[in-house]
Amino acid sequence: MNPSVDALRATFGNAIGRASELRDGWTSVTVQAARLREVMAWLKDTAGPRYDYLVDVTAVEYRDRERALEVVYNLRSLERKTNLRVKVELDPRGELAVDSVTPLWAGADWLEREVYDMFGVVFAGHPDLRRILMWETYAEGYPLRKDFPLRGRFSRSEQVRQALNANPEANYSMEELSIAEAYDELPADMRDRLRRGERGKVPESE
Amino acid sequence: MTKRTVELALATPGTDAQGQPTRVPLVPDEPDLGGEHLLINLGPQHPATHGVLRLVVELDGETVVRVIPHVGYLHSGFEKLGEYRHYNQIIPLTDRTDYLSPMANNVGFALAAERLMGIEITPRCTVLRVIACEMSRIISHMVWLGTTAIDLGAFTPFLWAFQQRERIYNLQEMWTGARLTTSLTRVGGMMADVPDGFVAGLREFTRTFPKTLDEIDRVLTRNAIWAGRTQGIGVLTAAEAINYSLSGPMLRASGVPWDMRKDQPYLGYETYDFEVPVGEHGDVYDRFLVRLEECYQSNKILIQALDRLPDGPLNVADPRVILPPKSRAMSDMEAMIFHFKQVMEGVKAPVGEAYAGVENPKGELGNYLVSDGTAKPVRWRIRPPAFINLASISKMAEGHLLSDLIAINASVDIVMGEVDR
Repeated sequence: MNPSVDALRATFGNAIGRASELRDGWTSVTVQAARLREVMAWLKDTAGPRYDYLVDVTAVEYRDRERALEVVYNLRSLERKTNLRVKVELDPRGELAVDSVTPLWAGADWLEREVYDMFGVVFAGHPDLRRILMWETYAEGYPLRKDFPLRGRFSRSEQVRQALNANPEANYSMEELSIAEAYDELPADMRDRLRRGERGKVPESE
Repeated sequence: MTKRTVELALATPGTDAQGQPTRVPLVPDEPDLGGEHLLINLGPQHPATHGVLRLVVELDGETVVRVIPHVGYLHSGFEKLGEYRHYNQIIPLTDRTDYLSPMANNVGFALAAERLMGIEITPRCTVLRVIACEMSRIISHMVWLGTTAIDLGAFTPFLWAFQQRERIYNLQEMWTGARLTTSLTRVGGMMADVPDGFVAGLREFTRTFPKTLDEIDRVLTRNAIWAGRTQGIGVLTAAEAINYSLSGPMLRASGVPWDMRKDQPYLGYETYDFEVPVGEHGDVYDRFLVRLEECYQSNKILIQALDRLPDGPLNVADPRVILPPKSRAMSDMEAMIFHFKQVMEGVKAPVGEAYAGVENPKGELGNYLVSDGTAKPVRWRIRPPAFINLASISKMAEGHLLSDLIAINASVDIVMGEVDR
């Protein structure tokens, strides 16, 4: 067993759940969602464990509906060449929220956005949490959730209808348009369409 | 006073303290454009973005103030599809992620599945997989070299690089029957052994390939234009590279000597004699040097692998995992049953999870598989090196010129099939 697990238990007590040795040689340890940021900061900056490299952030939802949805953090210590898998368990029927680790690792930015995009896990404290692979007005839900059908939620005709009704100006976010400083000079109807097409809203939802 | 100065002087209302004519706008009421920022949309259809990448760029004059990348135009939901397929049926999906190195992706996935199922592959298969990975590294780096050189205005290296890539592609086609959709590996073995003439062909390639690398080295490395366009551009320090979770040549160019082949070896890479090139400045130029040197090292590994290629079985001797030969399945009852069960039910994996990280040309490709005991994974996660490397582009491009943004974007070596998956 990875010695960091004992050190974690000594430092954080019962915030650390079960730990196990996996067959790929990694050690997995479950952490209470509320204390994740603290634990990760400790793992990253303490001299002993020094898990300075974030390999990956992802999530796993099981086919068994009773099982928790896991947010998985793969960590690595480049100097000691060891790996650690930190898991946070969330109730898939409840609110999926966990603290963001982007303040610790800049690389977590896009990875957390992807988990949000695909599973709907909200990362509190993320600087720019919005969809990344799906478009911002995508309204069918979170594709990698187990209750999401392989063909998507909407019928093909509904998907086509939405694509045809899509607002080309919605390809720019308000933030991007504000760069151009031209936003204020646009005619009122165009501004209105832009506002409706912004950030995760279906054009006709208002 | 020349005629022109007189005219200029007459056109201005007076002179300033230095005696120079004061400047007034030629057109009255012309707005002052200094300090006004420009929004530029680059892509998703643009030759310099290497695929369907879209960058929204905020410019102050020609200087990049901010880059907002948009990805996802090629999203195909591979991870979702994988949850509905048997392990061997996922292998064709891996071809289409990083489509510049399909064989290396096949190997990466097969390793993860084997780790999950606890399968030990045969020595011949191990060496053949090393050959597949290194061939992929060479073709991927050749495409990178060629296209990046074109982005920065050098056309000749592109032709040289693609000529060599074509030679590897011919060998790859000979082995797998495909240039892109190779689907080379199977869980526990390979789709096919190498055909007659392959080893001789690859030997001939390894003998002549370094000459092209030398030529590319000579035409680019000490080329004033190339160095001027790439040195000091898109610098990331070692600490930043680690903080951004970069991997592969991007990480090593910043001076972090991390290579999965050396540091967490798989496929017996620890028994090969090769060096890991490490950069010093973390700029575009160092990334070029690292990738160029990696081609030499891959060539060296290929030679060693060919020398030690052992005879013996290719696939593991487990009829639950490997399909029996077709001739036996047609004549032997038991073989036919195994054949049927494998095609209809797939290979069952025990409950558990496994991660396998391999050093792909773009960086660390991770395949994370979670199984609930059925023949289809509960979760198949690809750790996409190009996606994670691309996330640092906003940081790298800040403060550079727009034309440098093209060089920086090229230096990341993205392939959108993998970024968007």
